[in-house]
Parts: sequence; C-alpha cells; structure tokens
Amino acid sequence: MQNETVLGTKKAPGRRLSKGFRDHLIAYSFIAPNFIGFAVFTLVPMFFALILAFVKWDGANPMKFIGFDNFSRLIKDTTFHKALWNTIVYTVGVVPFTMICALALAILLNQQIIARNFMRTVFFFPYVASLVAVAAVWNFIFSPTMGPVNNILHLITGVPIEDLPRWAADRHWAMFTVILFTVWKNMGYYMVIYLAGLQGINPELYEAAELDGANAWKRFRNVTVPQLAPTTFFVLMILVINSFKVYDIFINLFAGADNQLNDSTRVMVYQIYNTAFRSLDYGYASAMAIVLFLLVLAITIVQFRGEKKYGQ
Amino acid sequence: MVGANKSFKIATKVLVYVLLALTVLCMLVPYVWMLSSSLKLNKDVFTFPMQWIPAMPRWENYADIWTRIPLGRFIYNTAKLSVIVTVLQLLTSSFAAYAFSKLQFRGKNLLFLGYIATIAIPWQAYMVPQFIMMRSLGLNNTHLAIILLQAFSAFGVFLMRQFYQGIPDELCEAARIDGLSEYGIWARIMLPLSKPALSTLTIFTFVSTWNDFLGPMIYLTKTELKTIQIGLRMFISQYSAEYGLIMAASVVSIIPVLIVFLGLQKYFVQGVAASGIKG
Repeated sequence: MQNETVLGTKKAPGRRLSKGFRDHLIAYSFIAPNFIGFAVFTLVPMFFALILAFVKWDGANPMKFIGFDNFSRLIKDTTFHKALWNTIVYTVGVVPFTMICALALAILLNQQIIARNFMRTVFFFPYVASLVAVAAVWNFIFSPTMGPVNNILHLITGVPIEDLPRWAADRHWAMFTVILFTVWKNMGYYMVIYLAGLQGINPELYEAAELDGANAWKRFRNVTVPQLAPTTFFVLMILVINSFKVYDIFINLFAGADNQLNDSTRVMVYQIYNTAFRSLDYGYASAMAIVLFLLVLAITIVQFRGEKKYGQ
Repeated sequence: MVGANKSFKIATKVLVYVLLALTVLCMLVPYVWMLSSSLKLNKDVFTFPMQWIPAMPRWENYADIWTRIPLGRFIYNTAKLSVIVTVLQLLTSSFAAYAFSKLQFRGKNLLFLGYIATIAIPWQAYMVPQFIMMRSLGLNNTHLAIILLQAFSAFGVFLMRQFYQGIPDELCEAARIDGLSEYGIWARIMLPLSKPALSTLTIFTFVSTWNDFLGPMIYLTKTELKTIQIGLRMFISQYSAEYGLIMAASVVSIIPVLIVFLGLQKYFVQGVAASGIKG
C-alpha cells in the first residue's frame, strides 16, 4: 500500500490518479460492500414495490399496467378496512399501555433498590426470548378451560369457568389478549430506553425543585416529564411504527394455523402476506404495502415535528 | 414531624418493593411454567392447583423431541444463518461506518441521509418485491436468500457510525502520519476500540436472526432448510396436544438466546440505551 497517497501531505507529480480521486476511491471502497448489498436487496425492491402497486400480476403471466385500479379497489375493500382498523385498535391499545408500564418500571428501578440488575434482566428477557416459544406458553396459560389463569380467576371471583373470558379463543377478547401479550413481551425494551433517559436528567433540577417545596408528584410533573420529552417521543415513534408492522405476534398467539385468525384479529401485514403469497395477487398486495408505508411515513413526520418542538 | 416523614418514606419503599416483586412474578411465571411443564406428562400439565416441581420429572421429553422433529437440523440451520449474517453485518457495517465518520468524499451526506431514511421504511412494505426478486434469481428455498436479505443493514451502519463519531479524529490523523493505510486504521485502531459497539450489534443481529420468523416462513418451505422458529411452530400445530413435548422444545429453542443474553446483557442494555438516546 502506498500510504503517502492516502496521507497526501505532499503533491505527487506524475501520478496517474490525482490525490482527491484516490481518496474518494478509498472511501467508496469502504462503503461498497455494504452499499452494493443494501442497494440490490433493499433499495431495488423498495422501488419495485412502487411499480408493482400499479400493475396486475400473478407472478406467472405478463404484468399488466392498471394505473390506480389497485388503490380504488382498496378503497372499496371492506376486508382491508377491517385489517386497517384492527391495526389501529392494536396500536391504540399497545402504545399507551406499554409507555405507562415502561415508564413506571423505569422510575421504580431508577431508585436505590436491592436486586436492581436482576430485575432489569428479568424485565428485558421476554424481549429477546423466541416469540414462538413464549407465545406457546401464553396459549397454555390462558387456555380457556384448563389454563391456570382462568382457574385462578375462578377461585378468586367464583365465576364459573364457562363464563370467564376465553382469551385468544374468543373474538371479543382476542385483541385484548394480544395487546396484553405484546406489553408483557416488549415493555422491558422501552423500560431500558426510559432508564437511560432518566439517568440523563441533571440531579440538580430535582434538588432545586425540592428546595422550592415541590412534592414527589410536582417533581415528576415539572422535572421528569418535560426532561423526558425527547425520550418519550422516541419511544412513541418506535412503538407506533412497530405496532403497524405487527403480524408474527398475531399468528403465533393463536395456537393452531393462522386460519384461526378471525376478522377481529387480522392485521394489515397479514392481509399483505395473504394477498401476495396465498392469492398470488402481487400488485394488489403492493398497493396495500404502499398504504402501510405511507401511514408509517406520516407518523414519522408528525413525530419528527413533535421532537423538534419538544425536543430541547 | 421528622418521624412521620421517615415512616412515610419507609411506606413508599415497601410499596415499591411489593409492586416490583409482583411484576417480577408476572414476568417469570411463564418461564417457570414452561420449564415445569416440559418435565411432565400431558395429563399432569394442567392439574390444578399447580405442581411446580413435578414429583416424577419426565426427562424423556427432552430426548423425544429430537426424534419427533429434526430439531438438531433446525438448530444447526438457525445457528449457521445467525453466525453468517452476524459476521457479514459486523464487517460491512463497520467498514462503511468508518468511511461515513472519518473520511471525506463526495455525496457523503446525501448517501448517509439515504441510509437513515430507509431505516424508517418497514420491511413488510417491500417484502413482496423482495421475494419476487429472489425467486427470479432462483434463490427461494436457499439459505443464501436469508443471508443476502439480512447481511447488509442500514441500521448496523448507523449504529457503528454513531460510535465512531465519538472516537477522536486526531487518533486517525496520528496513525496516518505514522504511515498506516486507511484499511490499517480501520483494522488496527477502529475495530479494537469499538468493542462495545461491535458487541451491541452482534447481540442485536444474532438474536434477531435467531428469532426471525417471517423471513424464514416466506423463503424456506423445505423441511431440511427450516429454522428453529418455523420448526417449533410446525411442531406446535402438529402435536398441539403434547404439551410436555412442546414446552421441552420451547425451552431448547430459548436456551441459546438465554446464554447470549446473560453473557452479554451489559452491552445489550447499553446498546438499547444508546440507540434510544441518539434516537
């Protein structure tokens, strides 16, 4: 290696490549391995998705350009409306529930507490544990007649087991069960983000508030909440986006095949998956995917604005 | 006055511990139940009140699962994919991140902005064209498909770059004056210094590849190619009434992640916290 070309402190006359060009080449060579893979397997499909949304294609016969037909079909498609609605219901359930639990736990764990590291580990582990495995346990624990949850509820309340919620097996309770499971599985992750946020707050602010006679609630309200605003926006953003992308939790929490997903638990990504890989209607599935993307984009923009406003 | 204040403080402490203990219980019970059921006969899994420690633990459950499904094959496949994807991601991400943080070149900011923008685009929005592309390359039902999809991550580049930004430029300058090439600086200075960031990315990538569900479900339909998550799910629907066996297989599928997690959890938590702060 000719190191002086990289260093480039002296001009090297008569070299075929100019110093700037060489430097650029070296820089690009660092980026290339990642960028080429990223461009071919991510960027190209992204643009391909845009095109697919305007065609009719089953993957075998020639593609047919149909303009906005896929989108006008979406506007009338009640199954898709239901999937969109279910996704929104799921998001509205999961987001505040997770945020409150994660923040509460973070505040509790931010104090001088015995076994703090142990608890942090325990709360965080569901986030990394295999979804298929933990969903299977939940299915058994919440199984309507035999499961311990209903048996304990029966003991405590005296309500006959048949009258207790059938959890994932019950169309009225299914969504609630999924939300509960999601919060259980993911809150440890957001708790850690909140913990980091809490540890970034200058302790002098609390001391000053205490000198001013602020009680615990006032200190929380006037110091913790505003100081945590950037963290809260970050958490909100990833929570909402992740909720819109959900699919695997739904098909795993319903023990059998996914045909057990009834119309109260079919979410957008399920609809995309089914339309593409079962009905082989690639164009229509991509139109749905574009809607998903636009929703996520809209949320991201709103939240970035919010971050700018409340961030500092 | 002081006494009242003190007893109030003690009461708060007690309340905090009770709340935390209850939460810890809620978080742990599913695993304990999983472990306990994995050592039981089907008929004993749902006895109530629960028998946490089975009187006669059925260790055979742990022997049976390997013959009922090709569990060894599934684990081998998953480990292979996880290791290859992780190594590739570490290499390509740290390599690209070095250029983005320490080198000057045309189009740097635009390119980096592009990387960040695509992090926000959900994979689920382009999984269909990706599948079509892979199929036309003849790569469906190959492990290579999964590797190619996951090895080049924008997130990895972002994470590594954030870390490299914190390493002083003077260090690189000094190395350049000493005659080290840019590749040498990356290999001998940046990589050894970025152990925490590398560990974080390792855990994230390893765990998410190990647990990935939707990717293998779309690409791997042949049994001998399947990963543990898909295999486990197949097993669950096929033997839905064999609770003890299902729980034993679940325990086995969690153990590798548990080991990685416990071993490196310090970095894991730091990584989450760091990515949170940078948001």
